[in-house]
Parts: sequence; C-alpha cells; structure tokens
Amino acid sequence: MSAPAGSPHPAASARIPPKLGGAAASGAAAPAGPGPGPHQQNGPAQNQMQVPSEYGLPPQNYIVPSGHYSQGPGKMTSLPLDSQSGDYYSGLYTVPTQSVATPNTASQQPGAQQMYGRVPPAPRAVGSTPGSFQGASASASHLHTSASQPLSSFVNHYNSPPMYSASSSVASQGFPSTCAHYALSTVSNAAYPNISYPSLPAGDPYGQQMFTSQNAPTVRPIRDNSFSGQSTAVSHPSPLPPPPSQQYHQQQSLSGYSTFSWSAPGLPSTQDNLIRNHTSLATASNPTNTDSLSCSVMQNVQPPKSSPVVSTVVSGASTARMPPAANRPVEPVASVTQPSELLQQKGMQYGEYVNNQASFAPTPLSSTSDDEEEEEEDEEAGVDSSSTTSSASPMPNSYDALEGGSYPDVLSSSASSPAPDPAPGPAPAPAPAAPQPSKLPKPFGYGYPTLQPGYQNATAPLNSGGPPSSPVYSGFQQYAQYPGMNQLSSSLGGLSLQSSSQPESLRPVNLTQERNILPMTPVWAPVPNLNLDLKKLNCSPDSFRCTLTNIPQTQALLNKAKLPLGLLLHPFRDLTQLPVITSNTIVRCRSCRTYINPFVSFIDQRRWKCNLCYRVNDVPEEFMYNPLTRSYGEPHKRPEVQNSTVEFIASSDYMLRPPQPAVYLFVLDVSHNAVEAGYLTILCQALLENLDKLPGDSRTRIGFVTFDSTIHFYNLQEGLSQPQMLIVSDIDDVFLPTPDSLLVNLYESKELIKDLLNALPNMFTNTRETHSALGPALQAAFKLMSPTGGRVSVFQTQLPSLGAGLLQSREDPNQRSSTKVVHHLGPATDFYKKLALDCSGQQTAVDLFLLSSQYSDLASLACMSKYSAGCIYYYPSFHYTHNPSQAEKLQKDLKRYLTRKIGFEAVMRIRCTKGLSMHTFHGNFFVRSTDLLSLANINPDAGFAVQLSIEESLTDTSLVCFQTALLYTSSKGERRIRVHTLCLPVVSSLADVYAGVDVQAAICLLANMAVDRSISSSLSDARDALVNAVVDSLSAYGSTVSNLQHSGLIAPSSLKLFPLYVLALLKQKAFRTGTSTRLDDRVYAMCQIKCQPLVHLMKMIHPNLYRIDRLTDEGAIHVNDRVVPQPPLQKLSAEKLTREGIFYIWIGKSCDNNFIEDVLGYPDFASIPQKMTHLPELDTLSSERARSFITWLRDSRPLSPILHVVKDESPAKTEFFQHLIEDRTEAAFSYYEFLLHVQQQICK
Amino acid sequence: MAFTFAAFCYMLTLVLCASLIFFVIWHIIAFDELRTDFKNPIDQGNPARARERLKNIERICCLLRKVSVRVRGGRLLAQRSPTLVVPEYSIHGLFCLMFLCAAEWVTLGLNIPLLFYHLWRYFHRPADGSEVMYDAVSIMNADILNYCQKESWCKLAFYLLSFFYYLYSMVYTLVSF
Repeated sequence: MSAPAGSPHPAASARIPPKLGGAAASGAAAPAGPGPGPHQQNGPAQNQMQVPSEYGLPPQNYIVPSGHYSQGPGKMTSLPLDSQSGDYYSGLYTVPTQSVATPNTASQQPGAQQMYGRVPPAPRAVGSTPGSFQGASASASHLHTSASQPLSSFVNHYNSPPMYSASSSVASQGFPSTCAHYALSTVSNAAYPNISYPSLPAGDPYGQQMFTSQNAPTVRPIRDNSFSGQSTAVSHPSPLPPPPSQQYHQQQSLSGYSTFSWSAPGLPSTQDNLIRNHTSLATASNPTNTDSLSCSVMQNVQPPKSSPVVSTVVSGASTARMPPAANRPVEPVASVTQPSELLQQKGMQYGEYVNNQASFAPTPLSSTSDDEEEEEEDEEAGVDSSSTTSSASPMPNSYDALEGGSYPDVLSSSASSPAPDPAPGPAPAPAPAAPQPSKLPKPFGYGYPTLQPGYQNATAPLNSGGPPSSPVYSGFQQYAQYPGMNQLSSSLGGLSLQSSSQPESLRPVNLTQERNILPMTPVWAPVPNLNLDLKKLNCSPDSFRCTLTNIPQTQALLNKAKLPLGLLLHPFRDLTQLPVITSNTIVRCRSCRTYINPFVSFIDQRRWKCNLCYRVNDVPEEFMYNPLTRSYGEPHKRPEVQNSTVEFIASSDYMLRPPQPAVYLFVLDVSHNAVEAGYLTILCQALLENLDKLPGDSRTRIGFVTFDSTIHFYNLQEGLSQPQMLIVSDIDDVFLPTPDSLLVNLYESKELIKDLLNALPNMFTNTRETHSALGPALQAAFKLMSPTGGRVSVFQTQLPSLGAGLLQSREDPNQRSSTKVVHHLGPATDFYKKLALDCSGQQTAVDLFLLSSQYSDLASLACMSKYSAGCIYYYPSFHYTHNPSQAEKLQKDLKRYLTRKIGFEAVMRIRCTKGLSMHTFHGNFFVRSTDLLSLANINPDAGFAVQLSIEESLTDTSLVCFQTALLYTSSKGERRIRVHTLCLPVVSSLADVYAGVDVQAAICLLANMAVDRSISSSLSDARDALVNAVVDSLSAYGSTVSNLQHSGLIAPSSLKLFPLYVLALLKQKAFRTGTSTRLDDRVYAMCQIKCQPLVHLMKMIHPNLYRIDRLTDEGAIHVNDRVVPQPPLQKLSAEKLTREGIFYIWIGKSCDNNFIEDVLGYPDFASIPQKMTHLPELDTLSSERARSFITWLRDSRPLSPILHVVKDESPAKTEFFQHLIEDRTEAAFSYYEFLLHVQQQICK
Repeated sequence: MAFTFAAFCYMLTLVLCASLIFFVIWHIIAFDELRTDFKNPIDQGNPARARERLKNIERICCLLRKVSVRVRGGRLLAQRSPTLVVPEYSIHGLFCLMFLCAAEWVTLGLNIPLLFYHLWRYFHRPADGSEVMYDAVSIMNADILNYCQKESWCKLAFYLLSFFYYLYSMVYTLVSF
C-alpha cells in the first residue's frame, strides 16, 4: 500500500484508495494479460474475499440505478431545500478546507439534516458525526495500511464516496453552473414569453417546418445519464450563482451536493449503494496495488446490520471529507493551471446560457413537428421525442425535459471548463514529475511483457486520480454539447483542448518524457476561438472540421507553421435534428451564390452583407417574415440565420428534369468461385428482408443482372408468372435484350422479385463456369441505368478474366513484406475509370462489393467506384461457412447499405471566403469544376477532404467562413439542399496557429495526401512525407514559438498526439512496410482513408482500447434504455493489455476465471474456442455490461465490425497485435523509438 | 550568302515553331475553358448539364492529349489502333535532333532543358499508362489546373522568344557566309 502511496503528491495517494477499492469490488479483477497482472497481486490475500461480495452484488446493483430514476421526482419534493442548500454551500464552503473541522459543520447543516430526516434511522445521523470525524482524521493521515482495524478501514472505505462525488461530478465547474443555469432559465423564461411557441400552427404561411438542431443534445443527456439528472434536480432549486472567484468553492459545493444525490437514493438500500460506489469507482481505475484496502472495506460493509450506520457515516464522512478529497484531485489540475481562465469561462458560460435560451425557445415545439422523413430515417429520432414534450414549463414534473433544455449548457459550459482537466490529468505538475525519473533511464522500456515497476508507480496516480472518472463525464457531456450530433458518433467525443484556453493548448509538452500522452477520454475537436454567439452557431465538428481552427493570415505564416490546411467534411451525416426549410425564395448572395447563413451581417433591416465575398445584398420581402415567431421584420431570427446546418427544399428552379426515382441495380457474379463462396444466399436474404425498407417512393425501380462468362438479365415485368432469364453471350458488344422490362417498379413486381431472390441462390449451384466477364456486365449495367441514373451494386469475387476490362494478376506474393517499393497501387487499365466517368455523367454510382479470397486487383476495380461517387466494400477470404464472421459482417453491412439514406444526382459545392482557395479534393467523386464535386450518389457514410491554400492575405478580415452546399434528390424524389457553414477566426501569430490545431483533422488530411502521394509517387515517399510532417511541424514550433531550451521533444499540447497518430498511420495497412500485407488489403485501406469521414477514419487509424473486465456503471450513458458503461481509454500498447480493442476481445492467459465464466460463458481459459465471435447472452451483470458496451461500440460505426475473442496463444494474436501501434514490431518503431527518431531528425 | 543545312533547319523550325505557338495558345484557351464554369447553381444541379460538362471536360482532355503527346490506346484493348500523333513533344524533339545534326550547339543548349522537361513529363504520367497527363478525373483539381496553366504560359513565352531567335539565327546563317 505504502509503496504506491509513496507517489509524489498527496492528491495521488488520496486518490488511490478508492480506486483500489473499486478494483476489488468490481471483482472482475481479472488480472489477465501480462501488464497489470502483477499489480494486482500486490493486494495480498483479499482476492478471495471480494469474490463472494461481488457475486452478491449484481442484483442489488441493478436496483440502484432504477432507484435513482424513481427517486427523481421524489427529490423534487425536496426542493424546499434550496434555500438551505444555498446557504449550505455558501456557508460551509467559504470555510477553508479543514478536513477535521468540516465534519462538524457538515452534520449541523440543515441540508444534511434534511437528508437524514428522510432516512428511517434518523438518529444515527448524529452518531455518524464522530465516525466520520474519525474517518476524516484517519484518512487524512493516510493509514491505509491498517487493514485490520475496522475503523480505519471504514475510513478508507468512506474515502471513496467523497472521491466518487468529487470525481464523478468532474464536471466540477460544470455543476455549479448548472445551478446558475437554472436560476437563469427561469428568469429568461419569464423574460421571453416566446416559449409559448407550442401554439405554432402546423400550416403556417410558409409551410416552414423548423426545428433547431440545438435541441438535439438537450434530449440525450437526460436519457443518458441518470446521475446528472439527479444532480440537476438537486441543484435546480439552489439559486446559487456560480461563485466566480473560487473554483475551490465550486468544487466543494459541488461535491457537497453530489453527496446529497448519492446518499439520498442510497439510503433505502444503503449497503448496495456503498458497494456500488465502490464498483463504480473501480471502473476508472487502473488498479494498482491496493486491493488489500478495498477488501477490508468490503468486509466491513458486508454485515447487514452495520449498514444503517454505514450509510449515515457515508454521508457525514463524505461531506466532511469533501474538502480534502474533492479538492486535491482537482486542484492540481484546474486551479493550478489557470484559475483566471476558468473564471472567465464561467462568466462566458453564464452569458451563453442566456443566449441559448433566447434562441432556444422555439425549439421544443418545432422538434415535435419534426420532419417526417428525418424522423423516420434517423435511427435516433425516436429517442428525442421525449425531450420535446413539455420543456417550456419549469414544473417539477417536467424537470426532465427542462433539464434536457438546459443540459447542453451545463455540458457546454462544463465541457469548456473541465477541458483542461483531461489534458492536465495525465500531464500536469504532479504527474510528469513521477514518470520522468523512471522513464528516462530506459529508452526502450516499452517492451510489453515487462513492465517497469517505475512505470507502474508513475502511471498509477496519473490514470487513476481525481480525473479518472471525470473524463468519462466530461467526455459525454461534450458529446452532448454539440447540437444534432449523432449519438453514435459521439464515441469520439472528448475535448482535449480548448481553444478558449490558449495557454492550455499551447502548453509545451515534452513528448519524450510524457508517458501517458493519450487522454482518458476520447479526443475531441478543439472549439474555434470565437465569441460565444458565433461559437454557439457554428457547425458541428462532426460534419465540418478544419485542420487549423485558427486560420493563419497569410500563406507565409501557414508555410512557417508547416501544418496542412484543409477541411474535412461529412456532409450527408445522419443527423438527429435538422432544420428543414421550405420557402419560395432561397436567399443567396447575388454574386457568389452563397446561401444565407448565421455569419452574415445585417447592415440594416433590408440589407445583408455576404460573409464570403462581402457583397451587400437585399433581403427579400419574404425573408422579413419569420414564421417561427410569426413576427415581421426580424430577418436575423429566421432559422437560416440561426442554424449553421440547414436543409432547404429546393424549388422547381433547381431542377430542369423531374427528380429521378430511386433506381437500384444489382450486378452479381455467379461464376463458380462466387457460388462456392456462397454470398448469394446472404445477399438475397438481406434483400428479401429489406425490400420494403429500401429508400424510395412509389417510383422505385429495381433490377438484377448476373454474369459469369455470359451476362444474364432478368425480365421481371409485371404480369409474368415467373422471372424470365435472358442470356446474352456476346460480351464484346453487349446489348440489352428487352430494355424496358429489366428495371421494374419495385412495388408492382414485388412478387416476381421475391421469387427471383428466392430462386437465385440455387440457380447456379452446379455451374462450372470459372470466368468472369465483369467489364461487359458493367457496360450492360451502364446502358441499363443511363436513362435514369441511380445506384449499381456490383458483387465480384475474382479477377475479371473476360471481355473488356479484363485484368491480370499483378501481385507478387514474395513482395508482400518487402520494405522497398510497392508496385501496382494504381490501376492497370483505364477501362474502369472511363466507365465510372460515363456512369457519373449519367448520374449512376457504382458500389463495389469485393468478396474474394485471392488477389483481385482492387486497385483497378476500385476506380469504378472512386470516380462515380460509389463506395467500396472488401471482404477478404469471404466464405459463408469457413469464415462465418465475414459472412455475418456482410449480412450486417448489407442491412445498413440497403436501408441507409441515399441522395441521387448530387452536386456539392464548397465555397470559402475570398482569399482562400481550395485546390485538391479527396474522396469518391468526379471534380466537375474547381469547386464543384459531382456525386452521382451520396450516402451518409461518405466523407470528403479538401486542401486549402491562402491566396490573398486575410489581414482585413477577422473571420473566414466555409460553406458546403449539397444539392441532391432524396429517395422520395425531393430536390433538397443541405448547407453547412463553418466560421473560423483569423490569427496573425504563429503561436495562435499552433494553439488551434485540430490534430485529428490534420492527421486525416495527411493520410489522404499520403495516399495520393503513394499512388502518384511511391509508398516510401509517402512514408517519408508523413514523418517529415511531424518533424517539420515540431521543429518549426520549437524554433519559433517555444522558448524553452529543452533537451526533450517539445510539442504544444494541441499537437501532442501528432507523433502518435502519425506513427499509427505508418503502421496502417495502407502505409506499412516490412509486414506482410496483401496488395488488395493495402489498396482497400487506402480507399477507406480516402472516403471515410473523420470519425470513422480516426477509429481506423487509432483504435480505442478499453478494458471490459471491470466495467461498471459509473459514468455510464444510456442509449435506448440500455446502460452503456464508459470505461476510460487505454493506450494502444501491450502494456495495457487485458482488454478489448475495437473489435477484439483479448483474453489473457491468466485472465480471471470469473470473467471468463460470467462474460464468455466458459468455465475456464482452456475451454474457450479459438474462433469465438459472439458474446453469449448470460444473465450476469458483467456480461450484460460487456455486451451493452460492445453493442454500443458497434452501433457507432457504419460497417459492422467483427468481434474476435482473441486468446493468448491463438493464431489471431498477431492480427490483434498489429493494432497495438505504440509497441514495437519487427518492422516498425515503437512509439518511443519513433519519438527519438523524430527528435534526431529535428536536431539534424 | 549560303544555304547551309543549318539555314534549312532554322527555316523549318521557324515554321514548326509557329505551329507550336499555336498549340500552346490552344492549350491556354482549353484550360481557361475548363476553369470557367457557370456559377449558376441551378444550371449545375441540372443532370443534363452535368453530362454535358463531363463530356466537355473529357473532350478537352482528350484533345489536350492529342495535341501534346499521344501514345497507344489502352494496352489491354489491343484492337484500338495505336496512334502516332505526337505533335508537341515530337516536334520539339525534332528541333533538338536537327540542331544536333547541324551542330548548332548554342541553339541546342537552349532547347535541351525543355527537352528534358518533356521527357520527364512523359515518363511521369499516371500509372495506368494509356492516358497521359491530362486526366479528366484530376484535371479539375485546382492545383493541377494551375500548374498546367502556368506551364502553358511559360511555354508560350519560350516559344515566342525562340521564334524570334530562330528568325535571327536563320538570317544570320544565311548572311554570314
């Protein structure tokens, strides 16, 4: 115990106990895997003890959360508390933190008494005081080692609740501001009676359906987080303004308040609650040594009769101990770093809320009147409806909704304030001190099986301390911060830097000495440093991101910074809420055709100034009327001007021919190889299931073409008794046998289609044809589609060997692991490119499903999708029985593919402020004009990247804007325009440029550029370019901005992940050398880099690693009534190995049997099969948690990942290890080596 | 006054240089046409317009290729006849050859850089062989378009200067003996 407690800072030691307790209590404890395994043994014998306790737990634990919920309203009744709690806070917490002194005050607090009053054994409350008192003092002296003394163990135990509250409320600053919000919200409600929007008639003159996207986050938090719900409930009454001056205060009040929330629900089932505290604590932890402690704790708690005492003590103790407990962890983090800044932020949040409220008012209603299509097509839409119910009235019974309304603010505010936390958490003052000594001596101590004890010590305080759970919270809050963000993609959420805190993102980080560079939370996009109004209006970073959130003023400055400048777009993302505007005139700038957006300025009532070209335009008469407020003369209140992401229903001006119907054509390979692989069954099954869900209206048409060495068409004309197969064997000059009956109306010929789909899998079972005439089949498909346009889905299982477009094998298997040149990354023939261009001209997109076991020259085949705006799916070694996991993946991908939204005949134009210009586009499309992309189809999983250059100096402007407008035909035959606008500040100093780097966006852009480079030049060139990107930017930073003469490798904190990500890129299949990589795999990885949106690409580049044997409910979010635990991120290093990769579950040899039994359903390690791809549905708590967590992870990606349960020793091990990018492989650097390499390069 | 082989070379190059200037001007016009597109979104949303525009780009690229260099059509589609039209690059290559034969070292020296540049361009074309540098799918990327445009302007300047230089040299060789 004392050994780890010997950590550098008291805070660290204070944090350890609870964590340990958690580890023990969670019991999953599985000391699996080489890394942490040894730590756990530190706790002597108590392991056995905890096991039973843990077993008893699950049912109880479950009760607790529900208890929370049900008690929600109950707590509202305690609203009268607010005055008390008000002075509770103010009274108590102005008292400086004397841990000994506080308990007394605490127990005397009216608030506290109130609490007790609600507990049956009320009198005990008094008795608790001494207990807690003692506890406080005891813990203060850190007598952890005395496990035998019940008292001290109590102490230790009680340590944890305060810990918990401290950490869980991490949003520490956020919560107080909650209170503030509340106070405010009522005020503003009163002030702006426009809340009465509900009365908005549906058929208002302009037929405008309006829902602001701001509403979206609102909803979720409530649903997601019972804890927050509670806490707000409690804090709601307190009119306490955020004490701006003392963050200290806030933490105290905060924790105090969270104590309430905990003890209140906990009292009825105190014991559980306590235990729960422990368990939940455990999650965050990276348990180091102190099992002993927690075990003793458990013992004490277990005896049922002690429970009442315990409970009271808990509350007493927690309040009492709060100051030390709460403050310590946070103190070093936030208050030390920049208190003043926090203040400032708080003030800002404050203001922000008011603003929000104003703009918010209309939302509730409008979101209920949600666009029907949106509602129906977005998976999440249903979710949101709850929030919209009665958010306008601040009645207790609707507090849910209310919170929903205010929550985003809480979140955003807390998001901004805790922002520093996650970063400093691992980094700041106390932390680095520890790792340094241990780390320096061993440069290559990263080898995974041997963990240096020094590291353990160092990491323990870092990972486990005050911040552990905090990031969890903040992560999810931030997720809520962004309007309209998809829940699923939120997994990326997490704010590592705040641009409002410039110093923070500029804080120099010595990379070589920073052991835990990866924050515990997902890395989140930096927020542009704009004023609050603009920040609030700005486009969600999910749809639109820029690599530099501070745009440099001149190209010279940009060159100096050596960073790529570009945009990453995800324009057709599934949005939960999107304002859809129908109006006769779409207001646009007359010279540059920019759509009116929130960042234009209104010169007066009648004129507005374009923010891109600065032309002054007239405001049309129609625009003067705001259908939302039903007021006249407020053009700046129109939804177009209030939302940076809007969708217009285009008038007939925007179409010269009627919008095309949804047309789907399936081109299927039925050669011997394909039949052997058996994909037809899966495809036909998926189609049969989803036939009704194919996006489209009554005009939807569908057709099938199959091919081997001949081409087979299917006549499905209505009225036929059965489908007719027409065979065309002249593949040199393909013609259509019956042009008009091959593509048939889905609804009129549904029976025939179903017949065909049922028959298709068995039609070719005995085929002996091994050739594949893909080229002619595609030509036929093109002919079939050219009158209408639409989507062609090509399923191919081998190298095309006949007719036009035939290919030869170009891969030399011996060169797979060559470190030298990789050839054949480009296409072998231009047939597919030309075909794609023809298709693109006819508004037809070709999607390629390549299911092959040998080389199929994806590099050439991919061209058919690349230039026709299609998408590419690749299933290596697909076989329906031999490779069931791939089969299942195909099944799930098909489901998504068939049912996702689709836009036809789309064009996307990107505009930017005068002075900037776009030059290179990345993605799947045809570039039709220098700023116009022609997209035959657009799907929600397509991402794009654009490189920018600065042509003219931007000195005369302080803001630049980017606007993408995507004009498409929806599957319902409507012409729509989706407009995203992003606004960014212009800066003139290099330091500001560095402060605003969005490292993830930069990496994604670099990856795109590297793909281009490796195709046009060579792979090694691309790799060098990637390394140079790091070297250049860091050396530029070192020589210009940072004045520190440091021996190490210094990076601004905004760039601290840059080397790690670049290393991850170098180890991607696309760019790696030296490791055996099949050419098709490599090319597929490149295709994915080019066309995936940022969120998914980042997961591919740098997967998330979680450990799931200790999942708890702490910080869990709720998705569709499921509790999804949010464990902290782990670094991708074998050192942290016991856990689960993105879709791997790693089972270490010494993995705890309980985990294996509870989650995997096998008695012990040996009996786990080699190929396990499912988690059994077991009725245990840990199983449930693990499953819900994994489902949640899966849901957040468009391609369903396969779950591999990887055993130590199993052959799949290498597959898993290749994702551990921080480790050294035989062919590539470890992270630390890479850093040294970079450092050398810089010094050169 | 003597009609030497050198004088003949200059006379021939003078004529061919005029044609090169014509080609380059044509290039410049073509790039300009590629660059300018109607800003009217209504028109751009129109699929018919899209088709037309795409065809236009392809046509221009095709012509550009024809004018500057043309290699065999798709390798695998052997039935397409290999073409031998290699206007710009081959004409310039011919210049160099003639000056080499005529031992006009100064003139040759002036042309060598451009010759090497042409060779470099020719061998660094996209990997799929048949299509050379003016590729319909990438030409519209602003950086490539800018590059091509700058290249054309530079070449125009070079050809114009060399035209007058050839004129001067021709007269000089004719008069000097």
